[in-house]
Amino acid sequence: MCPRGITLRQDFLSHYGRQLGTLSGLLALVVALWILTPHFLTISNLLNVAEQATIIAIIAVGMTFVIITGGIDLAVGSVLAFSGVVMASSLQSGIPLPLALLIGLGVGLLCGVVNGLLITIGRLPPFIATLGMMSVARGAALMFTEGRPISGFSEGFRSIATGEILRIPAPVVIMIVVYVIAHFVLKRTKLGRYTYAIGGNEEAALLSGINVRLNKTLVYGIAGLLSGLAAILLTARLNSAQPIAGMSYELDAIAATVIGGTSLLGGEGTVSGTLIGALIMAVLRNGLNLLSVSSFFQQVVIGSVIILAVLIDMALKRRGK
Amino acid sequence: MTNGSPVLEMRHIRKTFPGVVALDDVGFELRRGEVHILLGENGAGKSTLMKILSGAYQKSAGEIVLDGAEVEIRNPKHAQELGISTIYQEFNLIPHLTVGENIFLGREPERLPGVIDQRAIFVQATQALTALGLTLNPRKLVKELRVAEQQMVEVAKALSLDARILIMDEPTAALTEHEIKELFATIRGLKEKGVAIVYISHRMEELFEIGDRVTVLRDGCSVGTYDVPMMTKSELIRLMVNRELTDLFPKEKATRGPEVLRVEGLSTHTGLKDVSFSLHKGEVLGISGLLGAGRTELARAIFGLDKITAGTIYLNGKAEKMDSPRRAINSGIGFLTEDRKSQGLVLPLSVKENLCLSSVDKFSNWGVMNAKQEQQAGDRYVKELRIRTPSLNQKVVFLSGGNQQKVVLSKWLCSEAEIFIFDEPTRGVDVGAKTEIYQLMNRLTATGVAIIMISSELLEVLGMSDRILVMRGGKITGEFSAAEATQEKILQCALGE
Repeated sequence: MCPRGITLRQDFLSHYGRQLGTLSGLLALVVALWILTPHFLTISNLLNVAEQATIIAIIAVGMTFVIITGGIDLAVGSVLAFSGVVMASSLQSGIPLPLALLIGLGVGLLCGVVNGLLITIGRLPPFIATLGMMSVARGAALMFTEGRPISGFSEGFRSIATGEILRIPAPVVIMIVVYVIAHFVLKRTKLGRYTYAIGGNEEAALLSGINVRLNKTLVYGIAGLLSGLAAILLTARLNSAQPIAGMSYELDAIAATVIGGTSLLGGEGTVSGTLIGALIMAVLRNGLNLLSVSSFFQQVVIGSVIILAVLIDMALKRRGK
Repeated sequence: MTNGSPVLEMRHIRKTFPGVVALDDVGFELRRGEVHILLGENGAGKSTLMKILSGAYQKSAGEIVLDGAEVEIRNPKHAQELGISTIYQEFNLIPHLTVGENIFLGREPERLPGVIDQRAIFVQATQALTALGLTLNPRKLVKELRVAEQQMVEVAKALSLDARILIMDEPTAALTEHEIKELFATIRGLKEKGVAIVYISHRMEELFEIGDRVTVLRDGCSVGTYDVPMMTKSELIRLMVNRELTDLFPKEKATRGPEVLRVEGLSTHTGLKDVSFSLHKGEVLGISGLLGAGRTELARAIFGLDKITAGTIYLNGKAEKMDSPRRAINSGIGFLTEDRKSQGLVLPLSVKENLCLSSVDKFSNWGVMNAKQEQQAGDRYVKELRIRTPSLNQKVVFLSGGNQQKVVLSKWLCSEAEIFIFDEPTRGVDVGAKTEIYQLMNRLTATGVAIIMISSELLEVLGMSDRILVMRGGKITGEFSAAEATQEKILQCALGE
């Protein structure tokens, strides 16, 4: 008799329906902007949008991992700034480029792992641990640079942002690679399986023999590492590392993740959804700029879109039950 | 109105969910001052019927007649206004508020608009509690109360809403013997006041003690309503499952092999004191005792969940340091916890993912999952245990209780556990599924698996164990072979008389 009324069609929809919904939202937005402004649907503008989306999109991957475990990471923006300035000063002090990049990634990873340890060993709620780290990393970035930006880098370093691979901007290629790897990790590896299990039911995960502490710490480490990667891209693009970089990026990353259908309660979510979420945000910003909407009103529109997207998502979910 | 006149009639009730008929032509009549038992297997439609009565669901067809007039129950608040209250298994009390504040939550007496009259709450709450014959202090915080006392607060709250119909869903599930007696005394008092009570329980013994009439549901239909004194247990079971259960406990004795587990002088800060026992291949070791005797704590210590302060655990004669569930699992131990939803399953994950959760190492190379092997394992256990699911990718949250229990069991079969610890394996499971679980235990022991079965049901312990340990106050107070054990002997050890 049970399970009741669950057909294969619903089985498919419960796995992919959410992304289809968000994707059609993105497409609707694209079509609307195509009609409203001729400049929108040009190759150069679309590449521009993709490039604008990269930084948030990459941070949002780490955020998606964290939120699937049922946590949150408020520190990603500050960690971006801190790893950015440490890497920048290593570059300027003559440390070879590959090593400086590793330092940048390493600082991000370290901050993330510290978050993870505070949450797992210190048993702090993720909100508090990462709120603290948000302030600490920001302060550290400001202290490290005495509040001044570090500017002027070699052509080689800047080509990370300005270069092209097969006529596609390098940052976009990097973003795509990050998403392919993240998708693979979530869907096909132990770490991914454990990420969902911990968020779905931490106690059951523990009782199934999963090393919850280790895996949670790794997930926060990944979020930090990706903040480091975003720092490299941002610094290369601006040709400058700023201690106040990445302000409120954590909120954009959370928004992209949630629009993409990841549940703040944990246990569900996909990076493909998050990518669509990040693109929706970027397309919206770009479109509003093209339409010369004032930046004040843009904030109202973007906030409303976030709320609307989650409302629709929740309504669809309820209907699914 | 006098006791015995009908207060409520539900006629030809039908409830469909997309693609399924949950209730199909159910009739139910409730009289003033009676305890009316609702009996049926899991999934028979008891909860759905009561959710319609309490306003949580809307019926698809049929009529509800209250005091002779047809009503549409729009929502739970409306049901309360009509005098229908529900005491849920999980209480709806706010732990940090007082008893009185909880009773009057949402309809506080006011001194001025928006200003609560604390004195009035206290006085009226005292009245409500005294009317139930309770001596609870209304100024006490709810979190400081025992479970049974919290339940009484729920009852007091319902009565202060002028409830004439009280729905109780498994009210004794978390109570001790003594507390059950208290509850039954309260229920008898309510009957005299003319309150009609719908009582849902899986425990047959209770039904005969407290019930006046019983309505049996099967597969979404009402089978019939009977006077309890006219029925026997086996008749009722036959009506519920529509088949004769010749033997409730189909115990098959397996060959007792060598010792696999020995515990010596085990103590923990969770209350275990100097516990020693051994477990052999192919045997079922029943562990009996009252709530709080340390049975679950023993299981947790063996499974590496609680820190061991003294003593040693030997597996196959070798001392093992059990400091994490991971180590216990790698040593071949599986733990089926009492509460499968909060501890056994990851509800948003699929059947396959849950099934493989403890054996992910087995299905992965260099951290990458082998989808094909997982699929094969999943297919195998779904077939072997007859797990009813449309696909391996179905989320377990959509499965019925019995099938969820089978998924948890498969998880440990999949991890090739050789020692199974069952903590209350049949709690909240209907008669048919119980037998299936017992048969699975037989199959396990036949292959040489050793089972520790913790259970509060004496008959189950007596019926399924080869050997029985009794615990009290964190210690083992008795050990019996299946042949020498009786209910009286076990109770004596459990109570310490």
